[in-house]
Amino acid sequence: MFDLSSILSEQVITVLWTLLKIVVIVAPLMLSVAYLTYAERKVIGAMQVRVGPQRVGYKGLLQPIADALKLMFKEIILPTGANKTLFVIAPVLSIAPALAAWAVIPFDDGLVLSELDAGLLYILALTSVGVYGVIIAGWASNSKYAFLGAMRSAAQVVSYEIAMGFALVGVLMAAGSLNLGDIVRAQDGNILTWYWLPLLPLFVVYFLSGVAETNRAPFDVAEGESEIVAGFHVEYSGMTFAIFFLAEYANMILIAALTSILFLGGWLSPFQGIPVLDEMTAWVPGLVWLLAKMSIFLFLFLWFRATFPRYRYDQIMRLGWKAFLPVTIFWLFVEGIAIYAELGPWFDGVLGAAS
Amino acid sequence: MTSILFYLFSAILLFAGFRVITAKNAVHASMFLILAFFTTAALWLLLEAEFLAITLVLVYVGAVMVLFLFVVMMLDVNLEPLREGFTRYFPAGALVAATIVAEMAMVLGGRYFSSENFPAPVPHGADYSNTKELGEQLYTVHVFSFEVAAAILLIAIVAAIGLTFRQRPSSKKQNIPDQHRVSREDRIRLLDIREGGEA
Repeated sequence: MFDLSSILSEQVITVLWTLLKIVVIVAPLMLSVAYLTYAERKVIGAMQVRVGPQRVGYKGLLQPIADALKLMFKEIILPTGANKTLFVIAPVLSIAPALAAWAVIPFDDGLVLSELDAGLLYILALTSVGVYGVIIAGWASNSKYAFLGAMRSAAQVVSYEIAMGFALVGVLMAAGSLNLGDIVRAQDGNILTWYWLPLLPLFVVYFLSGVAETNRAPFDVAEGESEIVAGFHVEYSGMTFAIFFLAEYANMILIAALTSILFLGGWLSPFQGIPVLDEMTAWVPGLVWLLAKMSIFLFLFLWFRATFPRYRYDQIMRLGWKAFLPVTIFWLFVEGIAIYAELGPWFDGVLGAAS
Repeated sequence: MTSILFYLFSAILLFAGFRVITAKNAVHASMFLILAFFTTAALWLLLEAEFLAITLVLVYVGAVMVLFLFVVMMLDVNLEPLREGFTRYFPAGALVAATIVAEMAMVLGGRYFSSENFPAPVPHGADYSNTKELGEQLYTVHVFSFEVAAAILLIAIVAAIGLTFRQRPSSKKQNIPDQHRVSREDRIRLLDIREGGEA
């Protein structure tokens, strides 16, 4: 009896410890989402020669908090004829994969919730599950606009997932591992040994597919407000809408983190291998470098939105199937040849490590 | 602990499978099918088959069921008329079901599938990579059957496209190269308009 209780308490402690770690990851993530919306409004405002939010708090810094409070206290409206269960489940289906994917993201060497061996596959599976929230929301709302948005989004996400998957295949060929930590360690060296250089086409395809997967401008036909009001979440109000919003921004941050980890060396310092600078910046923790790299991509997300007009639906499909997919397949062949030729400094150890 | 999880997931799986065929709404049925896939993946995880489990979610939940749901939503099937002949066809259905149950009982209860032949898998160490093991098996021992499967899939893709692809003369589509070749002169005509209405 004593043994059983000690085993149980051990498991309870493990569960509690894991829950604590999850809070430590999710709480800053939610805060980042809030301030990403602030950054978005400020950056796009600056690009369009406006000031952006400035009334609430110093230079508008409390604006996201005010917005969050407003959304929380708004009434949640269930449309007549909506499928109530699915209508409520849809936002949950949207946010759960967006948060669960963070379990395998390494923030620094060894600083990861779950050192999963098939981490890359797990990420790919979860990002593909995220589309259910959108489809179910569109269908359960019993609204034509929402349904059209959901259909567009489903087709778009399924199409871009293929190019995205192939780009990931390129990374795993080069690193010889599906473990995200090992992928970063395989890029160790200096800024030129990171995978952005040998896998440049895959890097570009991956990030642009990521923009398309998160339904962000210029690929945001799923919520094209000029044609279908707001797309799949047109019937959602208050907190249910806020959850879709959170999921979209959490996914943006996730794509930024993944691109940094897979192609820009994750937590590795950009000054590695440079004699004086490397020693001067040795005290900077890896997390800072990762966050800096993520900020670059997040800024790109906002920059795209302020710059490009929305793609037409057929152009999106054409880009995904006829441009991105052939490019990735071609580059996989090039990479395969490079691996067999043991092209240094990126591919010289791959064959030996695999066998 | 593992057996508690096993029975929990099995119960959810059976419930989901039952609801797939009893749900009145086709979309609900598809959602329960997705739940069934998820719980199956969880059961496979208990067997340390993490690669297969994640691939099941990726392929079936992430791709196949999305397209499935797509079609089910577009068609908006009403299942009520399909249920009308339930009592009339019930004896035949029961007979088929009984046959299947008896066959499965014979196969699973026989000596090939007895629990002595399938002992619980020995837990592997933390450095054991299921993915690597599977890859090595597929590309060395089973490479021939793997390639045959790939060729069959390719033929199926070509056949599916060949069967469904037909060009209707009435269908409208954009010619993208034509759109790219458009110059300013094709679209814009400058008019010299003077005050007072004389052109």
